[in-house]
Amino acid sequence: MHELSIMQSALSLALDRARQAGAVRVHTIRLRIGALSGVVPDALEFAFEALTPGTLAEGAELAVERVPARFWCATCTREFQSDDMFAECPDCHIPSGELRAGREMELASLEID
Amino acid sequence: MCKDCGCGLPGETPIGVSAHHHEHAHEHDHEHGHDHSHEHEHEHDHAHPHEHEHGPGEHHGHDHPHPHAHPHTHEHSHAEADHDHTHEAGGEARRTVEVRRAILDKNDRLAERNRGFFRARGLLVLNFLSSPGSGKTTFIRESVLKLRPDLKTGVIVGDLATDNDAQRLRESGAPVVQITTGTVCHLEAEMVGRAVKQLDLTGLNLLIIENVGNLVCPASYDLGEDMRIVLLSVTEGEDKPLKYPPMFQSADVVLISKIDLAQACGYDRDTALANIRRVAPRARIFETSAKTGQGLDAWREFLLQQHQERKALDPLA
Repeated sequence: MHELSIMQSALSLALDRARQAGAVRVHTIRLRIGALSGVVPDALEFAFEALTPGTLAEGAELAVERVPARFWCATCTREFQSDDMFAECPDCHIPSGELRAGREMELASLEID
Repeated sequence: MCKDCGCGLPGETPIGVSAHHHEHAHEHDHEHGHDHSHEHEHEHDHAHPHEHEHGPGEHHGHDHPHPHAHPHTHEHSHAEADHDHTHEAGGEARRTVEVRRAILDKNDRLAERNRGFFRARGLLVLNFLSSPGSGKTTFIRESVLKLRPDLKTGVIVGDLATDNDAQRLRESGAPVVQITTGTVCHLEAEMVGRAVKQLDLTGLNLLIIENVGNLVCPASYDLGEDMRIVLLSVTEGEDKPLKYPPMFQSADVVLISKIDLAQACGYDRDTALANIRRVAPRARIFETSAKTGQGLDAWREFLLQQHQERKALDPLA
């Protein structure tokens, strides 16, 4: 349900942009989804297939780029990457309280005719 | 699902991207000597009428009026005078439109609008989140009563159906507006913006928004609140924060509720606190019981202090 709602927002934004650009067809919709966004790409795909028929994006490909999570360690003043939601700094092992990337839910681009 | 706010309907001002990214040079890059007929009826779905239909094989003078507001060049750089070729579907006119916009951008902007509205009124706004049955409604009702001498509270409560929670909250004497979301599993900024219009804000200092009971979806939707209060009842198990990290990670405050039942359900306090700190190291933690009143004094002090800080931020106060 979560992904359906998010896909609906993404698709409506995408179709809007496609129409503005004079598209007759949308071939690809590219999303950037953070590893810690709480969004499951498979569920997005399922929602995409349910929502696209009858739109300019019917039959289009959904391309999901996964953005890895990056944390900031205030003690070591360094960034580190981790897909663990409970990431701790690999050097000082103090849990990071600052997520710098990985929450993204973004419509990146469209391929259209 | 966003049917209420109509996300993405035309008419809004896009942010960060030029609206008409329209390099409409008709990139028929014909570097091929093929012989297909040019059925040139690009159906631009523009806001303006634009139809030119060339029959197959027709000469391609392109002297039709183009009532576009944007640059639009028909560069048919074909050597052939009467290029009779067909552009097959999925052909070479394919192009990329960069968008780079947050999917929930519209909600985020409406949330900022709400935030400005709340700040201008000196309202401290709390978004209460938890799984169903953690005790949000009861806790809010008791908070309203506890705060009454110092802060006057209004409540917006979201549920899929029924106004049972609103009725329970009204017992506290606070003004309450119920949002029934239908099938939507979370509140969105637009719903809050509408609901708040039904609330008499005169004299209110605190606005509590009780979100739909759900530990997943509401985490993604900013409503314009100052703080997110996530409840975890001792009956739910100590590992809830690990199971639903996005929600707990977004918490400014984690309220452990129903602490009076701790012993009965074998609540492991150390583990619960460690799990919360692991996911939300910066969150304030309160251990409370709406039934016995345990922890409510500390909670009240905290809110009074937050409200003072809010007032200090308000240039008009």
